[in-house]
Amino acid sequence: MAAINLNVNGKTVTVDVDPATPVLWVLRDHLNLVGTKFGCGMAQCGACTIHLNGNAVRSCTLPVSAVKNNAIVTIEGISETGDHPLQQAWEELDVSQCGYCQAGQIMSAASLLKRNPKPTDKDIDNAMSGNICRCGTHVRIRKAIHLAAKTQSKK
Amino acid sequence: MATTQSRRNFLKVSALAGGGMLISFNLLNLPAEAHALEEILFTPNAYIKIAADGSIVLLAPNPEIGQGVKTSLPMIVAEELGVDWKKIKVELAPLDSRMGRQTAGGSGSVRGRFNELRTVGATAREMLTTAAAQSWNVPVTECTVENGEVIHKASGRKLSFAALASAAAKLEVPAKPTLKDPKEFKLIGTRVQDVDAHKIVTGQPLFGIDTRREGMLFAMVSRPPAYGKTLGEVNDAAALKVEGVKKVVKIKNAVAVLATSTWAAKKGRDALVIQWNASEKLENSAEHFATFKTMLDKPTATPHRNDGDVDAAKQGAAKNLDVTYEIPTLSHGQMEPLNFFANVKDGKVELFGPTQVPGAVRSEVSKLLGIAEEHITISSPRQGGGFGRKLMTDNGVEAALISAAAQAPVQVQWTREDDMQNDFYRPAEMWRYRAALSATDLLAWHQSGVGIGRGVRGDSYVAGAIANYRAEGQGLTSNTPTGWWRAPGANTLAFVAESFMDEVCVALKKDPVAFRLELLKKAKEQTVGKINYDPEKYKSVIDLVAKMSKWGTKKPGVFRGFSTWFSFGSYVAQVVDVQMVDGQPKISNVYCAVNCGRVINLSGAENQVQGSIVDGICHAMFPKVTFVNGAVAETNFHTYKFLRMKDVPSDIEVQFVQSDEAPTGLGEPGLPPVAPALANALFAATGKRLRKLPFAEQLA
Repeated sequence: MAAINLNVNGKTVTVDVDPATPVLWVLRDHLNLVGTKFGCGMAQCGACTIHLNGNAVRSCTLPVSAVKNNAIVTIEGISETGDHPLQQAWEELDVSQCGYCQAGQIMSAASLLKRNPKPTDKDIDNAMSGNICRCGTHVRIRKAIHLAAKTQSKK
Repeated sequence: MATTQSRRNFLKVSALAGGGMLISFNLLNLPAEAHALEEILFTPNAYIKIAADGSIVLLAPNPEIGQGVKTSLPMIVAEELGVDWKKIKVELAPLDSRMGRQTAGGSGSVRGRFNELRTVGATAREMLTTAAAQSWNVPVTECTVENGEVIHKASGRKLSFAALASAAAKLEVPAKPTLKDPKEFKLIGTRVQDVDAHKIVTGQPLFGIDTRREGMLFAMVSRPPAYGKTLGEVNDAAALKVEGVKKVVKIKNAVAVLATSTWAAKKGRDALVIQWNASEKLENSAEHFATFKTMLDKPTATPHRNDGDVDAAKQGAAKNLDVTYEIPTLSHGQMEPLNFFANVKDGKVELFGPTQVPGAVRSEVSKLLGIAEEHITISSPRQGGGFGRKLMTDNGVEAALISAAAQAPVQVQWTREDDMQNDFYRPAEMWRYRAALSATDLLAWHQSGVGIGRGVRGDSYVAGAIANYRAEGQGLTSNTPTGWWRAPGANTLAFVAESFMDEVCVALKKDPVAFRLELLKKAKEQTVGKINYDPEKYKSVIDLVAKMSKWGTKKPGVFRGFSTWFSFGSYVAQVVDVQMVDGQPKISNVYCAVNCGRVINLSGAENQVQGSIVDGICHAMFPKVTFVNGAVAETNFHTYKFLRMKDVPSDIEVQFVQSDEAPTGLGEPGLPPVAPALANALFAATGKRLRKLPFAEQLA
């Protein structure tokens, strides 16, 4: 065990954990931020996607000791009041079925919109291909990303 | 407690502390529930809770696995009750013997509960209206209900449901409440957002994996690494040295490690040294298929349907087709790996976790632990997918056994690898299809199938449409477990039957849509034997999808496949468009027409069908399970491959046939026609007939 300082959703926190623990489990079991989901444990499905300095990363294979000073943002911290344009678009288009993968989908999409505020279908296909949705909500995910891009451009 | 009840309609109303009222209703079409009625009269139980503070809670009785019933079932109650949907709250009900069939399976939640839930809502509405009419001393017929209020238009008076709840609870339950005229529906048939939409997108705790309780330990379990192996010697010394590990317990054929965090439990589990003994044959998929072939080559087993004289027709035919199809084993791969919380303490059990069959979990736990069912509570959170996996009780039962053995509240967490190796799989199958053709027509159809486990059975619409028809199925005994996988039976039978129908159309040079309509016309007008489908409803979806897709018009560079299937009471027809991009086929569009009776939630219904289509494309193209010496070779998503965003068609257009009939199934029927429509489109595009799933490895 080791005391490790982290910057999570804008706050500094200290956790006492095995340094090899993946960030996913530190968030879920030690910080009670359970919005980030476990799906595969080997960076194949994207359910655990978080932002590290604004970039989408898979938290299930990222040891907590490797985070250092890099800022972590989770689904709980992507907007203060749950009204990120992507969250709004997801609600408006009723994207979710089971809903389990959607936090990871939104985190991947948020990173895409930061880099590319007006993505094409092809840009979306590339950026979102690391996220599995077993229920098959892909068509609505695509539409929701376009909708959020439109909302953002008006701001 | 002031209660009034009528034995005739099994509705119970009782006053809540604080002046509200509770209403419950039991399914009348389930013998087990009818049997239990005597015991449950007067017991408080709620689909509707109206509290004194004005809040109205509707309980969704069936497990929510992504099929949308936490939204659609309360919509039915809300419609008849006459409340403002935006102001009510919805909760998932715990297992309650007074709520009938609390199962998520067989596409049965909405179709099984439509009339029941309408009556529940109408009963409450009628009682509230009567209470208002009495307090105003006006005839009930002069009162109307809107947005949670009873209104007397003539005098301009209004009373809220909350204000009326106490008085309503004291009234006689109406024997036959008047249901709304469906023409007056305001909510049913509209687009309604999933009730958990906001919680989902903001990452709030909703799922079984998010369960946290005081004093809870996390557990991981070491289970046999192959089917046919059993637990031998266990050395847990290294596991117990892992920081955070508290206990190691043996249950049945497995060993559980309990720890203060998921990661510690996993490290501990991985540190166990276990001798697994091969006690049975360690099976291989390659051997399964070789045996299937032998079984299909032998003279056939007893047919379950045998119309006319297939053999004679074959002998007199201008042309005979004889082909074989292969279907692999599949895992469920629901996104939320299995988990379950259990707390066995002082002769009582609390169970909480993902299951499609809470009743079966409770009854099994009761038997295994010797604790009466009334001392066991079980409820389910929202679930990260089901697809049939959680029709099996193993995850919940295992958690209870671990909690009992460890004497601790425990959250058992499975890894993806655990899920892959310990599933109840969609069984592998092989089918031989034969047809006798004249120059212009289909004379005889002969299908023969074999699958792992209890075997295959089932017919398409061809049964009943032609004079000579034979269908037979066999099963191959295996120690690899099988179970229900979305649209069981239909998901494989549709692929083989509708692919073969396309082969027949090609051989006869018939248009695939026109020829199916020809067969359905025969099934309607000159029915051979019995049919289990309605030819007119089949026609309704075929006509609609032909119109939607402009079937028959040539689009340059677009290759089309067609298929249609009936399952769980619903009719579906699909057209898949494929285009060749860099020499590789790419699905550009899918058109889908559905006849599922009345649609409850248009948004949810469309989402289910689009999702079923994506699911169908995914499993037609990519994943398969291969058993190698009893172990599953595909251990995680790097080898058990799912479709990705780039594989999804640009658009999937879904339309519903307008219908005033009661709703039929919708969680599954969209899936079966996808694989054959895709196979038929790929044949049109490449000239290659794919008779083996999955397709991607054959296209590369």
